[in-house]
Amino acid sequence: MSKGNGIYPEDLKYTKEHEWLAVNGGVGTVGITHYAQSELGDIVYVELPAAGSPVVAGEEFGTVESVKAVSEIFAPVSGEVLEVNTALATSPETINKDPYGDGWLLKLKLADSKELDALMTAAEYRKYIEEEAN
Amino acid sequence: MGDGHRYIPASDADRDAMLREIGVARIDDLFASIPAPLRLKGPLSLSPAMSEQELWAEMSRRARDDRQPDPGAQFLGGGAYRHYSPAVVDHLVSRTEFYSSYTPYQPEGSQGTLQAIFEYQTLICQLTELEISNASLYDGASALAEAVLMAERTTHGGRVVVSDRVHPEYLEVCRTYLANLDLPITTFGHRDDGSSDPEAARRALREGKASAVVVQQPNFFGCLEEIEAFAAAAREAKAQLIVAVAEPISLGLLKGPGRQGADVVVGEGHSFGVPLSYGGPYLGFIAARQSFLRNMPGRIVGETRDVDGRRGYVLTLSTREQHIRREKATSNICTNEGLCALMASIFLAVVGKNGLRDLAAHNHAKSAYARNRIAAAKGCSLPYTAPTFNEFTVRLPVPADKAVRTLLDRGMVPGIPLSRYFPGMDRDLLVCVTETNPRAEIDRLADELGRLD
Repeated sequence: MSKGNGIYPEDLKYTKEHEWLAVNGGVGTVGITHYAQSELGDIVYVELPAAGSPVVAGEEFGTVESVKAVSEIFAPVSGEVLEVNTALATSPETINKDPYGDGWLLKLKLADSKELDALMTAAEYRKYIEEEAN
Repeated sequence: MGDGHRYIPASDADRDAMLREIGVARIDDLFASIPAPLRLKGPLSLSPAMSEQELWAEMSRRARDDRQPDPGAQFLGGGAYRHYSPAVVDHLVSRTEFYSSYTPYQPEGSQGTLQAIFEYQTLICQLTELEISNASLYDGASALAEAVLMAERTTHGGRVVVSDRVHPEYLEVCRTYLANLDLPITTFGHRDDGSSDPEAARRALREGKASAVVVQQPNFFGCLEEIEAFAAAAREAKAQLIVAVAEPISLGLLKGPGRQGADVVVGEGHSFGVPLSYGGPYLGFIAARQSFLRNMPGRIVGETRDVDGRRGYVLTLSTREQHIRREKATSNICTNEGLCALMASIFLAVVGKNGLRDLAAHNHAKSAYARNRIAAAKGCSLPYTAPTFNEFTVRLPVPADKAVRTLLDRGMVPGIPLSRYFPGMDRDLLVCVTETNPRAEIDRLADELGRLD
């Protein structure tokens, strides 16, 4: 996966709540976008669900807390949590440093691949945040 | 508003309009949730109009009629313990620098108060032998309810397993907090010696998932619990161990429950210099392992550095709290018992580490003396053999409530009849002895109890 640095990797899917999703077979990896981490500022705490718990597309599954704000994180698609990035418990700033790499949040077993159609491509997401910024 | 009364701005017409607006027929309907037997049925038996001076004289006369036993002849415990409070406690908390009506938000104007709360938190951590604490909660019972909610937030067990030797009022408050949550309480039993049974806890835990095991130390009947055994049972079931401490003077002698494996320790802190005050305001404390920091209820004061590198204190980790997180807050408490926490800090600072140990030893020794004296009294026995701190259960030859009435007439309050909480325990009396009970009064108590049948 490519590093953040203000770009929005073409191989990822995006949500209006600024999460990204990488799909590999039936497994999706979820994180927050470069835009989200830069808007939040220094991230100091992440709260994530336990492995095995179900998440539903569009519903919140955790929180990210920065020195400025607390934000909910929403599931891009439905599924079961396979793995959580436990390294974030002690170094949440990884999300700022590497939002698409070591700053991933969790891996999901996808419930319904049709849900992917509702997500944005990198180009659509770039356009979306430009509009949101204006 | 109307012109009905000089000091009461609402007229009958105003009141009727307000009642119509909220859809209530009578003012009395607003009090419908208060059980009828507790409500005043007629007017107070006072003349309809007295001058302030006459009223003062009349109430003073009536106060003299109240039966006021010698303080040395009272043996009441059961969650509210009489202890001596050094005069310096009252003097210092009455200083206007501390006498504020609300908790301090602004560090630039409240360094003294914030530092005092920080020191209180430190003392609670030292006593419980746990890593974190908060700025205090309402009282011991609500602190237990908050700990149960915190256990559920972090463990998601969907159930709580509670010893039947926990203070029944603490349990009642927990039930109130949990009434509208899908979080049932399972109680487990005790052993013949009066202490909670770890095997009963294990059986209750095997019935399904649970967030926490709750025991009280010393328990409601005065008996000491084997905290390590409950910590092991909780760990096996991936549940947390919550220990409630209603009489924290006991921590001067007992190991900190944190060291014995408790994940969370809550309790009632009024024994540390806060007067009994007919039931409140009291002081709820909570301490927990570091990993609970983001899930703690209430305010937390933290130490920090200002721009010049000087030490300072602030309210911290506020993103847990209601004014920031709204419905996602860890608790609906947005305040603390600031003045009571300050009293506890001053009390503990004045008494000191060795002083608290001595005070606890004094309580234990007096209570042990009373226990032996009463056990030898005619017709009296001790139903439980487990070790106790300053409180113990006595079985009398007559119903305990009757014994209390008899001894009240002789200027003594011998204890709490347990039938008040546990139907069937008619002859059992909960007796508490602290440093405030002189030996002569303990002897008189044993003699009076020996004359009951």
